Formats: sequence, C-alpha cells, structure tokens
Amino acid sequence: MAFLSEKEQKHLVNRHRKSKLFALLCAFVTWSSVFLLGILLVNIAMDGLGWLDWQFITSFPSRIPAQAGIKSALVGTLWLIVMIAFIAIPIGVSAALYLEEFSKRGRLATLIEVNIANLSGVPSIVYGILGLAIFVRFFGLERSLISGALTMSLLILPVIIIASREAIKTVPMSIRYAALSLGATRWQTTWSHVLPSAFPGIMTGVILALSRAIGETAPLILIGAASYVAFLPKGPMDSFTALPIQIYSWASRPQVEFQELAAAGILVLLAVLLLMNATAIYIRNKTEKRLK
Amino acid sequence: MNDPANNSGLSFSIHKGVTRWGETGIKFWLRICTAISLFTTIAIVVLLLVESFGFFREVSPIEFFFGTRWVPLLKPSSYGVLPLLWGTMLITVGAAVIAIPLGLASAIYLSEYANDQVRAWIKPVLELLAGIPTVVYGYFALTFVTPALRSVIPDIQVFNALSAAIVVGIMILPTIATLSDNALRAVPVSLRQAAYAVGATSYEVTTSIVVPAGLSGVMASFLLAISRAIGETMAVTLAAGQTPNLDLTLLESIQTMTAYIVQISLGDTPSGGIAYQTLFAVAAVLFAITLMINVISQWILGRFREVYD
Repeated sequence: MAFLSEKEQKHLVNRHRKSKLFALLCAFVTWSSVFLLGILLVNIAMDGLGWLDWQFITSFPSRIPAQAGIKSALVGTLWLIVMIAFIAIPIGVSAALYLEEFSKRGRLATLIEVNIANLSGVPSIVYGILGLAIFVRFFGLERSLISGALTMSLLILPVIIIASREAIKTVPMSIRYAALSLGATRWQTTWSHVLPSAFPGIMTGVILALSRAIGETAPLILIGAASYVAFLPKGPMDSFTALPIQIYSWASRPQVEFQELAAAGILVLLAVLLLMNATAIYIRNKTEKRLK
Repeated sequence: MNDPANNSGLSFSIHKGVTRWGETGIKFWLRICTAISLFTTIAIVVLLLVESFGFFREVSPIEFFFGTRWVPLLKPSSYGVLPLLWGTMLITVGAAVIAIPLGLASAIYLSEYANDQVRAWIKPVLELLAGIPTVVYGYFALTFVTPALRSVIPDIQVFNALSAAIVVGIMILPTIATLSDNALRAVPVSLRQAAYAVGATSYEVTTSIVVPAGLSGVMASFLLAISRAIGETMAVTLAAGQTPNLDLTLLESIQTMTAYIVQISLGDTPSGGIAYQTLFAVAAVLFAITLMINVISQWILGRFREVYD
C-alpha cells in the first residue's frame, strides 16, 4: 500500500509542516505592523485628545500649558501648503511634460532621469542646508515663509516629476495622434489633450508629494523656522512656524504637559494630512468619472 | 517614445517658415523647469564642496576622518567625525536588523499568501505607516518605546540608541515591504507553477524560486530603506539625544550626523565661523554616503534585473 517508506513519509510531513509554519509567521509579522499602527495612533490619541479643543486651535503658543495653542503653527503650515503648491506644481508638471512629450531620447535625457532619481534619495536635511545657504543667506530672503516654501519645493520636485511622468505615460498614443492629425501643434496637443487625460494621476501624485512636505521638519529647522511665534504671518516675507516644528519643540521638553500638547499637535497634523489625502482620492474619483 | 509630430509631416509643411513664438516660448519655459533639477544637484555638490574646502583649511582631513572626539563647540575643540558616523551606523544597523527580516516577511505574505481582499486592506495601512511624519515617530519613541524598554531594561537612559533604532526600523519597514512586494509579484506565475508541479511546498517555492528570482528588486528595496535610515533626522534627534559617543552601546545617548546638524542649526550659529562650516563638512559626508548607496541600488536594479516576458 505504502508508496513511501516510513522515513520518507516523515520527511514529507515535516516539509509541509515547515511550510505552514512559515506562512503563519509571515502572516503574523504583517498583521503585527497593522497592530503597531493601531498602538501608535491609540497612544497619541490617549495623550493628546484631552488637550484638543477649540482653545488649543485658536491660541498662540505659551509658556503655560493650559493656555498654549497651535494657531500660529497651523496658519504657518497652511501658508506653506499654498505657497509650495504654487511653486512646485507648475515647475514639476512642466518638467514632466517636457521629459515625456518634447525631449529627444539621448544622453542628456538619461542624465536628467538618473539625476532626478538620485535627487529623490537625498536626505531632506541636505535640502535644508541648501535652502539655508542659498535662499536664507545668498538671496537674503531671511528666515521667512518664502525661504521655507522654496526649500520644500526643491525637496518635493523630484517626487512630483516622477509621479507626473508616470501619469502622462498612461495616456494612450492614439489621443496624441488624433489631435496632431487635425493640425494641432505639439503644445496644443499636450495642453488640451494629454494634460487633461493625465490630470487625475498627476493630482494624486502632487497631493501625496505635498503631504510629504507638510510633515517634513528638518529642512524647516535648518532654514530657521522659529519655534515660538506669537503672531500670524501677513505675507511671504514674514517669519513663521509650522506644525511639525511646534510639535518638535513641545516634544523635546521634559514636562508631561508639553509632551501631551505635542500629542495634540500631532493629532491636528494627522488631521491635515488625512484631509489632503481624502481630497486626492476625491479629485481622482471625480475626474475619472468625467473622463469616462 | 515614438514621435507623433514628426510622423504627421503634412501639418509641418503647411507651417513651414512660420515661427510660432508661443510654441517656442512655452518650450523654453518647459526646458527651464527641467533644468532646475540639474541646477539643484549642481548647487548641492558645489555648496558642500566649497564650504567643506573652507573647513579643511582650518582642520586637517586626517583629524576629521580619523579623530575620535567630536567637540566642535567647546574649547579645546576637536573635530573627529568618527563618533557621529558611529552613531549613524548604530541606528542604521539596528533599524536594518529589525526592518529587513520583518519587511521581507511582510512582502512574502502580501505577494504569496494574502488574497486580494487582505491586500486591499494591508497595502493602504503600510502606505499610511510610510506617510506618517518622522517627528511623530520621534514622539512615539520618547513616550512609548523608551518607557516600554525601561520596564525590561531598568538602567536604560532617557535618550538611547535602542529606541531610536526601533522606531527608525518601524519607519523603513513599509518601504521594504511595499517595494519587495512589487518585486516578488513581478516574478511570473509560471515559475511558481513549475515548482509546485514537481511537488515543492509553498515554503520551498518562496525561498528557492520566488525570492531568488526577484532578488534584484528586493536588494534595491533594502538599500533604499538603509539610505533613508541614514538620512533620518527628527526621530533620531528626539529619541537618541545629543551626545557624540564612540562606545558600542545601545542603552546610552548617542549623536548621529543628522542630529548634530539639527543641534547646530537650533542654536544661533553665526555665519562664516568654523562651527557653521562643520555643518557643511558633516552634510557632505552624509550626502556622499547616501548618494553612494542610491547609486549602488540603481546599479543592482539595472544590472541584475531578470526580465521575464
């Protein structure tokens, strides 16, 4: 009856047991990271929720924890989002359009491609040093919103370019042929056909890049965003603070109250990020429907 | 990419001799935008080189690269970068020891075992983990990981390398999991089927067929994650402290290159002094290391990529 000897049967059973154990282990590890995210969020929510109220949102930072708030940091972050969007999106999308629609394949194109891939791997703090030396010191823009926005724009440009190129690549060739065959110039084709078709993909990439910029702390510390700002910036040349800076400055204090303020600040920061991501998904869904 | 405009010869012959200024202007603008990325690289390299050169006129390179004490702000000062390098290496190795096995296991689960429904849940969670700002991880290390470690190891310091390494490991885990998952899924199903057909178990298929076949992508994801760990700043600054330290210890405060840069820029360092120049020398070392790792990872991807049709 038995095709296999007892020893061979045992070996077979062991092999399959080992395989099952391995599958279980992999599943366990993966679900642990989901669990970890849960712990992280619960930990922060438990520390911070007690401090999170309207007074916290509408007050300036203070030496007295009960009166402290994140008004200036939140407004600074909103300023930054808008300014970075106005600087980085046109430049990044233009570069992507050039690389996909206009440039000739060749050594220069390869060089630019490799260069962008490398730039996206440069630590953010190095961009901070670049911003400090060029925008703050060389151009004399001081420790202002515009210095911060320019530095952050350089930081997320590679991300925007890479994401936009991916989106532009998915536009079918036939759309371009149709426009060109009717006598449209190359730019007319790009502007009124390629760009609208690629828009949902570009928007998603751009908003993800922006939300990365919002969470970055190190470059802002380098260019000298202050941690104690008791006024609201009125223009791009004013000094400022931002949410991650405020969180860092609270978290690095030993008192428990300030640590909990940091947690409350994190909750606000995560809410802003969530809102941006939700917008990205909303835009993508809506425009996708329209294009169909 | 093929060239639609050159194929539609007719429209061009009609407009022959007409210079479309709008078209030319726009093309010029697009070129400038593309050139900005090149200028950024050039600016980084020139800036770091020039300022480091200024630094090395005051401090000998031998002292900088082989000195074992980093005391740039107090007299008598000493500019040996080794303690900072060592701190960065401790954190990076610690993070890699945590993130590489766990990240690869997650990638294997996602690509080999999980069904589509589970994938649709876990992938966004991993992306969420990857999108959390690093200052949040720093807070997590200070208020959760360190107290938890303290209940196991009572004499651990408030600022210590271990909790920083753990959170950096958590931080880079999604990078490894997502990128390795992509690499493993690119391995064609037919290879797996062939192995199953001769009676291999799923463990054997995974470890001797799928992972080796996707190895270039997997290795590239490791390198990318390691280079992120080296450049990681806020979590390390918050959790590991500001004490340059050349001991083999995970329980004490250390200082990484990035944490030093933050420390200097938080104080109001006057421009042009030697302390200001150390910023650029340290950043140059950091930039050189991460650039090297990124180049190697791209080279692995290009050189060892197995292409399947």
